[in-house]
Amino acid sequence: MDIYLPIAGLSVNVLVIVGLGGLVGLLTGMVGVGGGFLTTPILIFYGIPPAVAVASATTQITGTSISGVLAHRRRRGVDMRMGAVIIAGGVAGSIAGGFLFRLLQNMGQIDTVISMLYVILLGSIGIMMAKEAATALDIISPSRRQAEKPARRHNPLIAALPMRWRFYRSGLYISPLAPLGLGFVSGLLTVLLGIGGGFIMVPAMIYLLGMSAQVVVGTSLLQIVFVTAATTLVHATTTRSVDIVLAGLLLLGSVIGAQYGARFAQKMKPELLRMILAIVVLGVALRMALQLGWRPEEIYTVQML
Amino acid sequence: MIRALLLALAAPLLLGQAEPRLVPDVSHRDVEIRYSFTGEELLLFGAIVYPDGRPRPGTDVAVVLKGPLEPIVVREKQKVFGIWMNVGRVRFRSAPSFYAVASSRPLTQLIEERTAAIYELGLDNLQLSPGGGAPAEVMRRFEHGYVDAMRRHQLYAEYPRGVEISEGVLYRARISIPARVPVGTYTAETFLIRDGRVIAGAAREIRIEKLGFEGFVAEAAEDWSLAYGVTAVVVSLLLGWAASAFFQRRYG
Repeated sequence: MDIYLPIAGLSVNVLVIVGLGGLVGLLTGMVGVGGGFLTTPILIFYGIPPAVAVASATTQITGTSISGVLAHRRRRGVDMRMGAVIIAGGVAGSIAGGFLFRLLQNMGQIDTVISMLYVILLGSIGIMMAKEAATALDIISPSRRQAEKPARRHNPLIAALPMRWRFYRSGLYISPLAPLGLGFVSGLLTVLLGIGGGFIMVPAMIYLLGMSAQVVVGTSLLQIVFVTAATTLVHATTTRSVDIVLAGLLLLGSVIGAQYGARFAQKMKPELLRMILAIVVLGVALRMALQLGWRPEEIYTVQML
Repeated sequence: MIRALLLALAAPLLLGQAEPRLVPDVSHRDVEIRYSFTGEELLLFGAIVYPDGRPRPGTDVAVVLKGPLEPIVVREKQKVFGIWMNVGRVRFRSAPSFYAVASSRPLTQLIEERTAAIYELGLDNLQLSPGGGAPAEVMRRFEHGYVDAMRRHQLYAEYPRGVEISEGVLYRARISIPARVPVGTYTAETFLIRDGRVIAGAAREIRIEKLGFEGFVAEAAEDWSLAYGVTAVVVSLLLGWAASAFFQRRYG
């Protein structure tokens, strides 16, 4: 069953796209990451132009994350004040990212930059997650140094920033500049890579900011909803590559997949889930790295002006 | 404009008393891109009308289907520090967004190179008007790479024996259009060739357009981009919220 995508300008198989959305949704529900890091590369492998893949994946993430936010809100797991600061940074980051995207597109380097950022980010996060999950599963023993190091609540660099605010839900008294900057970076990455940035934000909130664990996931999801929505608008008005049909098909699969994923997650060991995620992440990173180093099939590419 | 130019080119040929005339037609004047569009096959056919009514052997036909001209940038990848990235670029001011040529015999056997260049017959004879001052051999390399890339995307094609002539008077050619075809006004040109010369030519226009919902979406994304973006966000939020509400009611 083929359907024509009006912005991407080609026909795709409906079942493949809905299925991809479902798979990503399942993962989202199981582990709580947005899954954009999977959607975008797979869409690109499938032949969707990179700009359209990035923009439409962003739109899809908004939809998958909203139900998560609502659920966490009911459990009072969202720090609205912290969220607002991060979102302010995120929106600024996505607008700046829009200009950067356009610039790189005109220079002809956008594809290379997307692939390289993916390799670096996914590679390092995948290794970290795999290590952590393997330790928890008793496959490897924790390194001596890490075990002996005293737990540190605040990063000294962040503690040195001026102008401190109180964030009651997060249990923090820190400068808003830190979450603002963090938001900015996630906004940039959202525009460039079509990811929600949850798998970067969650560790950063825990290890850099020292937020209390109960509000991390909810606040991160809140941030993702707003920043991906802003990014969709940035893409719609600058690169004009949001394909509403593609995003809709992905969503159809992913919102349903996410619900089943959440149910499925309750029956599985969380460490095992994280291990699966780590393997998937490393797989994508490896595929991207190979693509950068291998002689591409298409040496010449064409851009319409 | 292309049509007028073509008529001007063909006019002296048409005046020749004893020369035959072409009556071309196409299976679709309009190609509509709708939700289930996976490409289309166009049939370009017609008749060769001889003044004395008797077909002469050794007459060949070439059919060209050409899309609107676009300015483009072609980029070339090279390996830099182990990574393949775009390094060189050349601008072309007028590259046809689609080009397919079908002929009754391979073009090189039909026509001499100069004539082929004048009528832009064949993928090696496209006039892309490169900009910038790169040396000729670099230009040729980029042109070659460009044509090759377009061939892989099925946007450029040559059918060396794609025209069938029956009884010396009726000809027909099939040209396939892929799903990722660009929209616009296309020209279908037919050339009658004998002894390496073009002795008659005729053109028809074909419109390829996005219609219905697909056309509306493409237009909205271009002309009302902010409203389009807001709609995309709202649709996305509604779908996400609806799914969570539905599943909550069903499973608690």
